[in-house]
Amino acid sequence: MREDDVYPKLTGIFRELFLRGDLVLTPGLTAADVEGWDSFRQVEILLAVEQEFGVKFHTREIDSMHNVGELARMVATKTERLGSAQAGNALGSSPSQVEASISSLPAMR
Amino acid sequence: MNGLYWLPQAEDWNARLLALPGRRPETAWNEGVALANTRLNFVQTNSLDGMLRRALGRAAPGGTRGRPVRLAVLGSCTVAHLLPAIRVAGLRRGIPIEIYEADFGQYWQELANPDAALHAFAPSAILLALDAHHLTAGLDAGMTGEEADAVLDEVRGRIAEAWRLAAAAFHCPVIQQTPLCVHPAMMGNSEHRLPGSKAAFIGRLNAALRPMADRAGVDILALDERAARDGIGAWHDPGLWHRAKQEVSPVAAPMYGDLLVRIIAARQGLCAKCLVLDLDNTLWGGVVGDDGVGGLVLGQGSALGEAFAAFQGFARDLSRRGVILAVCSKNDEANAIEPFEKHPDMVLRRDEIAVFAANWSDKPSNLRAIASELNIGPESLVFVDDNPFERNLVRQQMPMVAVPEVGDDPSCFAQTLADGGYFESVAVTDDDLARTAQYQGNRKREALKASAVDLASYLQSLEMRLVWRRFDRIGLPRIVQLINKTNQFNLTTRRYTEESVAEVMHDSSAFGLQLRLIDRLGDNGVIAIVIGKLQVSGDLLIDSWLMSCRVLGRQVEPATLNVVVSQAQMLGAGRLLGDYLPTPKNGMVRHHYERLGFTVVSEGASGAVRSALDIAGFAPAVTFIGAEEG
Repeated sequence: MREDDVYPKLTGIFRELFLRGDLVLTPGLTAADVEGWDSFRQVEILLAVEQEFGVKFHTREIDSMHNVGELARMVATKTERLGSAQAGNALGSSPSQVEASISSLPAMR
Repeated sequence: MNGLYWLPQAEDWNARLLALPGRRPETAWNEGVALANTRLNFVQTNSLDGMLRRALGRAAPGGTRGRPVRLAVLGSCTVAHLLPAIRVAGLRRGIPIEIYEADFGQYWQELANPDAALHAFAPSAILLALDAHHLTAGLDAGMTGEEADAVLDEVRGRIAEAWRLAAAAFHCPVIQQTPLCVHPAMMGNSEHRLPGSKAAFIGRLNAALRPMADRAGVDILALDERAARDGIGAWHDPGLWHRAKQEVSPVAAPMYGDLLVRIIAARQGLCAKCLVLDLDNTLWGGVVGDDGVGGLVLGQGSALGEAFAAFQGFARDLSRRGVILAVCSKNDEANAIEPFEKHPDMVLRRDEIAVFAANWSDKPSNLRAIASELNIGPESLVFVDDNPFERNLVRQQMPMVAVPEVGDDPSCFAQTLADGGYFESVAVTDDDLARTAQYQGNRKREALKASAVDLASYLQSLEMRLVWRRFDRIGLPRIVQLINKTNQFNLTTRRYTEESVAEVMHDSSAFGLQLRLIDRLGDNGVIAIVIGKLQVSGDLLIDSWLMSCRVLGRQVEPATLNVVVSQAQMLGAGRLLGDYLPTPKNGMVRHHYERLGFTVVSEGASGAVRSALDIAGFAPAVTFIGAEEG
């Protein structure tokens, strides 16, 4: 998967987790820029991304990610490695469920 | 598998979630209950919790099904990520839960110090969530047996003292969470021979906690058993332990919350009391009215048959421990009872079923009648049916009835019911053990009265299409199969071979129709067959009309008649003639043609009836089914 293609799904995940339909992701976005992005939310983001894209992050990889751009690049690299056939849904919930839950929300504010 | 897979998928999730904050508290709560009863993952669970809190603010909703609970969570590690799932699991059962979270690892101080915030919160329930790392902190792999035993005694003593302090201060129920077996083994199979093994220690502690808890009147949140079923990897991620000190992974939070609130709900008496079972393809394979008792798949001889028998065994075991059993089946009562009396591999006996509703009225009406006959609320019913149409109808008409997504593999029915936790109980009473007998004593023999619910909106929502075509080579095997196995909805019960079906195909003065019903829930396949033959008189005789009972009550009959009339017109017929030839099995269609507007023209001594319909005066019936050739 190309990095640009990662953003729409990533945006859906962030919007649902932060309950903010107007959230726009840019590569430079960091935890300091988003209200409520604390270490617990960080764990949830990573787990949701793992489920959505069917990838697993290593401890070192997580430590090396500092903004949205690095996260998107990591997802792109990992899904590339997996091959497009296997991408999506490795950890539990069904693809339709993830699809339904993480599809983008309209602006709420 | 730690997702809530027995709950149905949410429909319009995003729109309904976003609408929550704009609603009045009561409405928001009720909509939240509905959303909480769908298959939520951890992200959705957190979203629902967040949105509902926006809607309700600090206001507690009034008139909820369960009593509000003030829950104190005392943990030795991170539990904050589990709290939304606990509140949502409460929501699922109509219990508002307010949570106090003690500071990380401060549970002991909070319990012992009357000035601590815990005491101001005044909990009505306490959860003690002590993790495996915390509980094994005093253990060393090099310890002797005596030293390890001393550690076990010390830990047990500490937990018992926490229970005592909690009970003395708050006089409320205490729930003890069992630690997960998160430690890797050091010896392998013989791990139990290493006194200082942390993995073995957690097993010993969890075994010791049960009798201790029973003596102290404490309930156990059995995470260890759940994780043993799901695999520890579904519950614990060592990476997350190191990163966030989470013993339970956020992914498992929805199941965690549900397990905990099952105990709270059971203490409030909110558990289900009655298991209502469909019959055909739920308790046995096949359709008894069509296949006969001898044709059912049940018991030894096939994997499918054994799976049905095993599910019956599970239902019987539930009834032995106090769950009431009822039957709700679209069948003639005589046909439905026959396997209970005659099939040698039936596990359930007729007298183990407290209410037996086998008739042709819709299932919501029958479920209401079952609840009223048992004098319990419909929210005490759990309804198991292999047919998605029936499951959705019941959910829509009676949202308070639990309807697990059992799928159509009987091998999974029992585990799905168990995983759903519908019959969670905190104790076994003598009453429970005596209940089945008691219901047998009171049972009324009269058949349940038919009554109609408003099905129109449901049928409309199904977006049904009746896709018909003339007989063809591809459809031949299914056509012949349906003609020869359908006994109940079959007007003439004439049997056809492939050759005689082929003759109809090539007869220019006849037509054979195969009709398929497709709806929002899926393709039901070919469900009806009609064969018409033009007579010398110019009348079109309906030689055969048969239909699968699976699609009864869905307006397929009038929609089919519309197609039959248009086909008869193409052959130039002036009237339709329909015969009813009685058999022991087809009493349900005795008045089929009259219901469709036909007039009886002759009755034979054997009970045969011929009816007629004037095509010129025929106005096509208006139904919720769109018919199309395809």
